[in-house]
Amino acid sequence: MLSRLFQSSSTPLRYNVRLFSKTSPAMLSTLSIEKNGDVGIVKIDLPKMKENVLNRALFSEIGTAIDQLGADDSVKSIVVMSGKQNSFVAGADIFMIKAQTSATVVQEMAKEGQEQFFRIEKTKKPIVAAIMGTCMGGGLELALACHYRIAVNDKKTQLAFPEVMLGLLPGAGGTYRLPRHVPVQTVFDMMLTGKKIKADKAKKLGIIDQVIQPLGDGLGPASENTHKYLESVAVNTARDLANGKLKINREKKFLDKLTHSVMTSAFVLDNVVLKMARDKVLKMTAGNYPAPLKIMDVVRTGYVDPSKVVDAEAKAFGELSQTFQSKALVGLFDGSTDAKRNKYGQGLPVKEIAVVGAGLMGAGIANVSIDKGIKSVLLDANQAGLERGQNQIATHLNGQLKRKKVSQLEKERIYNHLHPSIDFTAMKNADLVIEAVFEDLPLKQKIVKQIESIVGPNTIIASNTSALPIKDIAAASSRPDKVIGMHYFSPVEKMQLLEVIVHEGTSKETLATAAQLGLKQGKLVVVVKDCPGFFVVRCISPMMAEVVRLLLEGVSPSEIDKITTKFGFPVGAATLADEVGLDVSEHVAQFLAKALGPRVGGGSIEFLTELVNSGSKGRKSGKGIFVYDGKKGAKKVNDEASKLIQKYKLTANSACSSTEDRQIRIISRFINEAAICLQEGVIASPSDGDIASVFGVGFPPFWGGPFRFVDLYGADKLVRSMEKFAGAYEAVQFEPCQLLKDHAKSGKKFYN
Amino acid sequence: MLRAVNSSFSTARAASTAAQKSLPNIVLVDAVRTPFVVSGTLFKDVMAVDLQKEAIKGLVERTNVSYDQLNHVICGTVIQEPKTSNIAREAALLAGIPDKVPAHTVTLACISSNVAMTQGIGLIATGNANAVIAGGVEMLSDLPIRYNRNARQALLGFGKAKSVGAKLKVASEFAKNAFSPELPAVTEFSTGETMGQSGDRLAAAFNVSRKEQDEFSIRSHTFASNAAKNGKFSDITPVFLGGKKPVTVSADNGIRVSSMEKLASLKPAFVKPNGTVTAANSSYMTDGASAALIMSEDYALANGFKPKAYLRNYVYVSQDPKDQLLLSPAYAIPKLLDRAGLGLKDIDVFEIHEAFAGQILANLNAMDSDHFCKENMKRPGKYGRVPIEKLNLWGGSLSIGHPFGATGIRLAIHSAHRLQEEKGQFAVVSACAAGGHGVGMLLEAYGK
Repeated sequence: MLSRLFQSSSTPLRYNVRLFSKTSPAMLSTLSIEKNGDVGIVKIDLPKMKENVLNRALFSEIGTAIDQLGADDSVKSIVVMSGKQNSFVAGADIFMIKAQTSATVVQEMAKEGQEQFFRIEKTKKPIVAAIMGTCMGGGLELALACHYRIAVNDKKTQLAFPEVMLGLLPGAGGTYRLPRHVPVQTVFDMMLTGKKIKADKAKKLGIIDQVIQPLGDGLGPASENTHKYLESVAVNTARDLANGKLKINREKKFLDKLTHSVMTSAFVLDNVVLKMARDKVLKMTAGNYPAPLKIMDVVRTGYVDPSKVVDAEAKAFGELSQTFQSKALVGLFDGSTDAKRNKYGQGLPVKEIAVVGAGLMGAGIANVSIDKGIKSVLLDANQAGLERGQNQIATHLNGQLKRKKVSQLEKERIYNHLHPSIDFTAMKNADLVIEAVFEDLPLKQKIVKQIESIVGPNTIIASNTSALPIKDIAAASSRPDKVIGMHYFSPVEKMQLLEVIVHEGTSKETLATAAQLGLKQGKLVVVVKDCPGFFVVRCISPMMAEVVRLLLEGVSPSEIDKITTKFGFPVGAATLADEVGLDVSEHVAQFLAKALGPRVGGGSIEFLTELVNSGSKGRKSGKGIFVYDGKKGAKKVNDEASKLIQKYKLTANSACSSTEDRQIRIISRFINEAAICLQEGVIASPSDGDIASVFGVGFPPFWGGPFRFVDLYGADKLVRSMEKFAGAYEAVQFEPCQLLKDHAKSGKKFYN
Repeated sequence: MLRAVNSSFSTARAASTAAQKSLPNIVLVDAVRTPFVVSGTLFKDVMAVDLQKEAIKGLVERTNVSYDQLNHVICGTVIQEPKTSNIAREAALLAGIPDKVPAHTVTLACISSNVAMTQGIGLIATGNANAVIAGGVEMLSDLPIRYNRNARQALLGFGKAKSVGAKLKVASEFAKNAFSPELPAVTEFSTGETMGQSGDRLAAAFNVSRKEQDEFSIRSHTFASNAAKNGKFSDITPVFLGGKKPVTVSADNGIRVSSMEKLASLKPAFVKPNGTVTAANSSYMTDGASAALIMSEDYALANGFKPKAYLRNYVYVSQDPKDQLLLSPAYAIPKLLDRAGLGLKDIDVFEIHEAFAGQILANLNAMDSDHFCKENMKRPGKYGRVPIEKLNLWGGSLSIGHPFGATGIRLAIHSAHRLQEEKGQFAVVSACAAGGHGVGMLLEAYGK
């Protein structure tokens, strides 16, 4: 579940950690207090920050501000809003939590926060939260502590409890205040997935009392206008609440009330609602994530034993903050924030791109470009292929329209940026051309030459190859400085990672331009040096070779899926091989075996070759390791695969065949190769490697990536296991690289 | 048309067709309208085509134009009756105009009859006509309510169903859908928002208060009431309705002067509970038709007509249909006057369409805003404020009523008549329309 969340949400959280400075305890004021007649207005505005975050200073100042207005007889009601137009409060300051090493300290911090919010809630004067911009985590908890909520119905105003994605839970009253407004199913839906909710939806759910539509440009810029309008509506509303003109009526319909009381009775809660939710969570997380389970426990306490929930929430928050899962997820969050920053300088402007090849990847690349307003020429050699690609994009956009992510007009405007053609000269004005044709070097070289014969001299040529060396592709080019690799992951619409590959001759400007485009497309950009397989494919290939060895040792495919999902992969390794395509895996394995030698080997490639030749190419051909016949139920193993497993059968070494051994055999192959990449400078930092691994192939997010795993699991322990395996199998395949050995010896960590 | 003004159109044309003689002056000979009547009241049993016919007949009578002098009839309308989709032709035939005079229908929401006029101007300017009737009509007492698409498809498929079983299936499909009809859309197709919601947001964006809107609404009704009392609405041509209780409708029936207290008590109509647009400060559903006679000056004088005004220049604009749906006058007026080489102070009469009090006041504020003019119109600073003492002195769409297709001609003839009364030289007509459109027209007093 969590990995999927990470992949699908482009901005999981907006905690801003940069500017929380412990060295300046005399914090600048985080808010201002104004008065409009008899309405007091608290405007939260953290200085020098793009977004407001709840830190200790704000927690205490908001309590003070409310006390002050509460004691002021000339004030009859209060509005709490943000001084910033883009951000109500984006969440708690993650740095405040990250810096702590004790669960009790964090628990105390949560308690302080809870108390401040109780001060707000218990104030006799009506308090209206006026929400515009991000309202997540602690921000939403603040809004829920107020007595009435008004929100702007624009795209930037989103409400969410994203704590679960950091391995935490809402720790300032969220777990007991949200359930007062929405049904238990919605509570879990929001808190267990972290999904973002727009104002109109929140009104329907009952979280928001009033919605206002954003204004356009007028006497001032649109957002400034809207912000002022929100303030005036909130002030009027607060006044009306104080003088009794407006009464809060959240009375639910009889049926809803009945459902609510049934669903939240201890019996139904435990035996139906929580049971189902827990089953679902366990199925999706294999029990690897403690936060969702804790959230359910605390919410349950709120329903059945309300007097204990406040303490339970603070305690659970403190405990979760110290779990390794939370630390790994916070690390991932930091890493992904970093991968969204442009560190590569100013590139050339890219107004128009062309994509050669309208397959799944090509159409996907065009798709993530047109919705950013980039004119995209989509090319294919034949009409049928082109139409398939066009249809992929149209279907995706229609889905977005149906889910109200875009309006009809927006959808058409996006689609108008797409220019499909089978005439390659249509690319002539492109600033950047991405080729996404079949993985075949001579073909790619031919395409590069063809592109160059059409486009202008400044056009950058990018290859979406997943493994072929960019320098070999560039060899065909008359402008190698403008050739670069842009390796997207399938499906491009969903997968956040983009590997940008530079060969030795790639110019800085070309890198900056490609990275800039990737960031604009909403991708996490990791720059990788040119080497066979780059980073992601190079690491996954030896891991897959190990999976094949396990298969040939007689471990059933479903057992392999089970132990890998148990370890934390979102998709089991056998299924993953089918999803990627056995032909692709085989092709890459052959290629890497030639390039990197026996180190990347494992189970025999001939097994794969023969299986592919029999027509079992994976999911896309209807059968691979498993059979895909569209029927529900447990997956069936492909007969041909079973026969070939027999044919290439290996004898298992009983000393290396416990479940943990098998898991570590698989994962250590990935990690070792990743460490070699770091050693060789293929990737620039452990964080880059972790981001690429989690967002590219679904490396278990709660482990934070291969490097974080080594830190958390212990390099020495890992190296010991690997040395054992090295003795049992071909030594070079498990020989820990120097970097791992150094870490094992010195106890050094990749992250401090 | 364009001779008197410095227009890029005229210069371009002069350069490229130097051999042709220069463009003719074009004049508004006269225009009439049926009374504007609240929908669902007096005109509820007539068809739109009847109202348009009445306007054309009234115009022909008043101007004494003879049929053989007419070259073309163009009418504007918004909600079309499917039986008379080219309503101009049907109305012209009913009005007795010979079948040899071509007629066509145009549509551009609330400025449809402006389009009818400017197309007429185009026909004359290019030498394709000497005299054109431009008209417009709206009939909101009756609407083309349709079966929904499923029901329609069932009906259309009935003929193809051969067996009894198939026929039954089609019939049941029809029956299932027969009671959920489709009404003509009240929302913008592109944005899904109603005009009232957009108008309310617009008023807020330009800081127009509820009180200002209510005051403007009372102003409109007061001015219209006075104008009617003082006989200013000479453009009305009465409509005789026969039947058991025969009656001649000779006055607008939507003008009512109310008090601020009464207006303040109304709840917002579109944005609840904090909106500012109410039923009283919005224009209301109206039935009515109008018609204008447009000629080249030479032809008019040669044939003994006495024109009321020159039609000097016009401009169409369009904006974002979401946030600036009703804001086009703010763009059109500066553009029109720049093109004509005139400024606000040169204009004696302003007739600006009142869709909502909040909308017209927002437009005035927009032209007077540095931010808006700089950011949205790329001007060095604010354009200036339309002097309120010259604006809509005989009331406007809020009070007189607003039959969508007919309003443009009402604005033109009221400004021509006001130029005569107020002894002014130049008049500006401007209006907003769905889709974010707008028009600006410049009229000049004749014979001044």
